[in-house]
Amino acid sequence: MNEISTTDNSAPGRRGFLATVGAAAGAFSLGWSLPAEAQAAAPAAGVEVGIWAVIHPDNSTTIRIARSEMGQGTLTGLAQLVAEELDADWSKVRAEYIAPEENFARNRAWGDMSTGGSRGIRASVPYVQKGGAAARMMLVTAAAQKWGVPEAECSTASSVVTHAKTGRKLRYGDLAAAAAKLPVPAEVALKRHADWKIAGKGVKRLDTRDKLNGRLVFAIDVKLPGMLNAAIAQCPVFGGRLVSFDAGAIQAMPGVRHVLRVDDVSVAVVADKWYQAKTALAAMPVVWDEGPNSKVSSTSIAAFLKDGLDATDAAVGHKYGDAAGAITGAAKKVEAVYATPFLNHATLEPMNCTAVFKPDLVEIWVGSQNGDASLAAAAEAAGLKLSQAKVHKHHLGGGFGRRGQQDYVRQAVLIAKQIPGIPVKLIWSREEDMQHGFYRPITQAKMTAGLDAQGNVTGLHMRISGQSILAYLMPTRMENGMDPVQFQGLAAAEFGYLAIPNLLIDHAFRNTHVPVGFWRGVNTNQNAVYLECFIDELAHAAGKDPLAFRRTLMAKNPKQLAVLNAVAAKAGYDQKLPGGVFRGICQYTGFGSYTAAVAEVTVSKKGELKILRIVAATDCGIAVNPAQIAAQVEGSFGYGLSATLYSECTIEAGRVAEGNFDTYEVLRMADMPKVETIVVPSGGFWGGVGEPTIAVAAPAVLNAIFAATGKRVRSLPLKHHDLSHA
Amino acid sequence: MIALTINGRLHEVDATPETPLLWVLREWIGMTGTKYGCGVAQCGACSVHVDGAVTRSCSVQVGQIGNAKITTIEGLSPDGLSHPVQKAWDAFEVPQCGYCQSGQIMAAAALLKSNKRPSDADIDAAITNICRCGTYPRIRAAIHAAAKMVQV
Repeated sequence: MNEISTTDNSAPGRRGFLATVGAAAGAFSLGWSLPAEAQAAAPAAGVEVGIWAVIHPDNSTTIRIARSEMGQGTLTGLAQLVAEELDADWSKVRAEYIAPEENFARNRAWGDMSTGGSRGIRASVPYVQKGGAAARMMLVTAAAQKWGVPEAECSTASSVVTHAKTGRKLRYGDLAAAAAKLPVPAEVALKRHADWKIAGKGVKRLDTRDKLNGRLVFAIDVKLPGMLNAAIAQCPVFGGRLVSFDAGAIQAMPGVRHVLRVDDVSVAVVADKWYQAKTALAAMPVVWDEGPNSKVSSTSIAAFLKDGLDATDAAVGHKYGDAAGAITGAAKKVEAVYATPFLNHATLEPMNCTAVFKPDLVEIWVGSQNGDASLAAAAEAAGLKLSQAKVHKHHLGGGFGRRGQQDYVRQAVLIAKQIPGIPVKLIWSREEDMQHGFYRPITQAKMTAGLDAQGNVTGLHMRISGQSILAYLMPTRMENGMDPVQFQGLAAAEFGYLAIPNLLIDHAFRNTHVPVGFWRGVNTNQNAVYLECFIDELAHAAGKDPLAFRRTLMAKNPKQLAVLNAVAAKAGYDQKLPGGVFRGICQYTGFGSYTAAVAEVTVSKKGELKILRIVAATDCGIAVNPAQIAAQVEGSFGYGLSATLYSECTIEAGRVAEGNFDTYEVLRMADMPKVETIVVPSGGFWGGVGEPTIAVAAPAVLNAIFAATGKRVRSLPLKHHDLSHA
Repeated sequence: MIALTINGRLHEVDATPETPLLWVLREWIGMTGTKYGCGVAQCGACSVHVDGAVTRSCSVQVGQIGNAKITTIEGLSPDGLSHPVQKAWDAFEVPQCGYCQSGQIMAAAALLKSNKRPSDADIDAAITNICRCGTYPRIRAAIHAAAKMVQV
């Protein structure tokens, strides 16, 4: 055995430990609220009226949140929806997470905790609104019974029930105990959006203040009595294994307590401090079996994908008419091949999880995009029942899809299980985080189209070749051998150019050994680069303006066209730009929302690119918080332009070559353009917000670069391209 | 033992001299407002002030600090909200996930100490911290607003 153990096992007993933790974070853990005075002291215990709202004696309201907050503002938006239907006093609203074990114990009463796919609000809407409305009705009934008046004569506003005829008023805080005893009504009427006072407004976020002074406790900041810290090394080559490690070589290093095999592919050093664990781990000789993939490189993967561009075996995502025939018979044929690389999510808070294992309980502290899944992963890794697991949810220092996976939760529990009773915090170094992600999948696309003599598109064939997320992560969700996620923004319900008379969009699977996953915006990002740049190519080949050309192709897509027109108007598309400034335009659909963008750039003769201005529009149907939607759209360009300009994970000898932000470069202040956002909610549907606008960042800029230089960039990132021009 | 003056208080820690200041703050002293993001002075999440100068604490050995005075995010203002940069950050709702913001705020506060009215170019040069949520436009706007507050 390689394990050593120098621990004195003097960690506090369970009772003392839980008492300490309970003081900081109970089953209904940390709360976030608007008013400073409400934050300073927790209110007296409240009464649950329905399951979504707790009403306190001071007439303040705590609203339960099942989804996770990772910066996208969902915590505030969901609280707005409940508070609106509840007619709560918004100045006295706070929000708190419902614990996953509570959700499990109560038959998932709070619904799905998964926070991804820009579903945080739109998928929660039906039940959180009803929850707020039901609580309001219970409070009204309680007041009506107390006064002996018909419920219909009572009205509510700002956490007070009023009987107008007699001028009597009762605060929710004084009614909650009686209301809580009433049955939760099954049938409730929701407000008309025109009557909204809290929802639909750009109210301030509930979670800002603790982010201004270091007080917000992210999972990486958790402190528990007797806690040790773990650093982990995973086999650098995906598919390889851990063979052996020389624990004796580092046994005497400062703080080292244990060296533990975590699973088949990873080893951890546990020390008093994480810095000590990390330092010792770096000094320990480790032997890996790199397995069958140690010769794979970005070059070999590119060749593998290129082969898929003309392969006969492909899954069809969207097809009508006869694209091949229409292209063959066209006056002019246009063809181009595009490529995008693997990308890491690079959340600024690296993966981490704190766990303590006891024979009958596993408890974890984690930033997770899916509390239910974290509960299940912890229980499974511990070998315990779901009812023997507890999850303390913390705000995420970035999620972007990465924290939907539970690998780091499993590892923390597998480590904790080997030192029972002792809390251990596992933190990944930035290098581990960079080299063990679930990467945005690598794809290429061959775009082929026909133009008739007048420059009209006769047919379009889009062949995607590359890695499928569902084939890797959740093959049961494949549909007859087709990965629907591969075709985001391209399927019949989303494709923006239905006036193209003949269409074929298909995908040749070329799955590599590299783990892939959902990266903010997922495949809309790559697909938008391919489609929106190629449409621009077609416009130029047809001798037409890219906006006018799109308008023709979008004749059957009024929703998308309206957003495109909105962005063109705001950007002043019909006006001449100053000398040296050029613009690009694009649109895309994803996550139930319609987006469009215009980029204005300069490119010097030497090839220096400056993105001056972005105008972006989104139609998410119904806007719950327009101010936060604007923040998400702005931020989307930080994420999307990082991928456009700099970021790339290259594969060398089977592993990711980049280890830190010196080689995996991301956008910083100096490169961030001014972003003007137009939120154009057309009503009638609930679209996503956190992800859809990222897709339009790259094509808008690439199309502007073409306008400026005549150079068509067909692969990302831009740092590899020489943009110099005559 | 190494003695450090942090936010006006003297701390004695039993860390080895080569231990980075970041980890001494977080693990020896328990002040977790200063964040780990990269460990190689790339991201700026660990920014603190050392004798008033913005410093990436992941890349400073604690043995090299001597008598210099350290200010962390916890010590920027007495109530954690009243420094002009914190007020401007609140007004513009800068944070999204918030993880980088301790470092961004410390970098902005140091900039305003040396440059009362920074231009956009000054901000570009001084604020090189990474924000993955893309809050840069609001950081810029908030720095300009904080500069005005300082001048009043």
